[in-house]
Amino acid sequence: MKRVEEIFFRTLMYGAVLVITGLLFLIIYSIISKGASSLSWEMVSQTPRGGYYFGKEGGILNAIIGSLYLSAGATALAFFISLPVALGMNIYLAKYRRMVNGLRFILDLLWGVPSIVYGAFAFSIMIMVGARASLMAGIITVGVFIVPIMIRAMDEVFKTVPRGLTESALSLGATFTETSFGVLVRQCAPGVVTALLLGFGRGIGDAAAVLFTTGYTDYIPGSLSQPAATLPLAIFFQLGSPIEEVRERAFAAALLLTLIILLISVITRILSNRFNKNRINF
Amino acid sequence: MNNPKIKIQGLDLHIHKQHILKGINLEIPANKITVIIGPSGCGKTTLLKTINRLTDEYSGVKHSGSITIDGIEVLNTRNGLTEIRQKAGLLSQRPYPLPMSIFNNVAYGLKISGRKRKSALRPRVEHLLRMASLWEEVKDRLNDPAASLSIGQQQRLCLARGLAVNPDIILADEPTSALDPLSSQAIEQKFQELSGQYTIVMVTHILRQARRIADYVIFMYLGEVIEFGSAEEFFSNPKHEKTKAYLSGVFN
Repeated sequence: MKRVEEIFFRTLMYGAVLVITGLLFLIIYSIISKGASSLSWEMVSQTPRGGYYFGKEGGILNAIIGSLYLSAGATALAFFISLPVALGMNIYLAKYRRMVNGLRFILDLLWGVPSIVYGAFAFSIMIMVGARASLMAGIITVGVFIVPIMIRAMDEVFKTVPRGLTESALSLGATFTETSFGVLVRQCAPGVVTALLLGFGRGIGDAAAVLFTTGYTDYIPGSLSQPAATLPLAIFFQLGSPIEEVRERAFAAALLLTLIILLISVITRILSNRFNKNRINF
Repeated sequence: MNNPKIKIQGLDLHIHKQHILKGINLEIPANKITVIIGPSGCGKTTLLKTINRLTDEYSGVKHSGSITIDGIEVLNTRNGLTEIRQKAGLLSQRPYPLPMSIFNNVAYGLKISGRKRKSALRPRVEHLLRMASLWEEVKDRLNDPAASLSIGQQQRLCLARGLAVNPDIILADEPTSALDPLSSQAIEQKFQELSGQYTIVMVTHILRQARRIADYVIFMYLGEVIEFGSAEEFFSNPKHEKTKAYLSGVFN
């Protein structure tokens, strides 16, 4: 009986691994097979010319730059909000356990709210104050929508720090702030980086929140008050085209988006491993 | 006692609805080793952590009564938490080195207590590591992560780090319970050497350790102080029935 149980769960486990990796490779295969042939230097180095969306010349540099500006800005904004909140939940407010758990619950709810709702909310505010779609509006909207993700991701990491470590810093007379940045952040650097990446990934991949707030343009934004193009929307618009060539370009853009995320993940991983040297394994 | 370092009067402490410390009255003498013994869960650690106000960080803690260090109230004050904790450092059950290099672990204490000049740090760090008998073992690898040390070395590192902030009092919560016999011996020896300059309050589960190093002994049972006296008297002539029972190993 024990053996059957063992075999059953092992099969289940291998099955799950197979399905997940299979799906991943299927996605990558489909964007490569459909998009790789359209990927060209022209595509990443030029903005759309007249008739680009009908298969004529040009590229999507506007969307690449726009996406990078937008997600970098939103990630930075969200990080400066999330880090203090996550630290506060685990240091300053740690003893008010009920309140912190309530906060966690609310953040989890916010995490679950679809990004289009954030987009619609931001749009309604923009209408109220008479603002137009701009890079700034996009950065704020996306920033707000990745804040709960980042806070909870960091919070989960800070939670793993043993109480004794925080106590020993406090016993030395360290203030809450000194303990937070000197000890918690250091100990959790790789986790903080993961949270950052998670936020960045959600930000750069999101189409719904930027649809109303950032708009779309064929130009590279020159200031925060101008609208900006983003890769997910570039994919979305091109994929709906009746022209085969344009649809292939959509897949090329998807491939590009995947590559950007991959590149940034690898770079930050390498950087965070450097900080990891002094981590204590409890 | 004519000159107690720490004076505890009528200390009661509740965590949520549990009565953890009940009417504690103690006068802990300066520059001696005072050992707290008693069965598990009798409030030893809580008493220790109340002295440097670490209990502030726990949820649902309510206390009444008073604790003074050198005649200055530490329990019922909103100010100077940092100073109180620097005055009474804590050495915990198992070492918790900070996630930084060996050197920086010790320098951290110096830095947060306001000594920031780099040139002044190094000799101080060396002095402190020597005080904790760790210098010879780590002098060639000061920039290695603290985690690369053995547990016994880590505990001595924590001692050096604790001494860096210039405490008067060392609170030690079973500081040898995670250590091998040799490292335990090193810590005990250190405590005996340091007891001339520092007031040491140590919780232990090991009766033999208490016999070896205690100048004074406190016996606690279910949140109350049952007996307190000089080690000699305590061990040779315990007055209370419960103390006698504990010393003969009836309950643990």
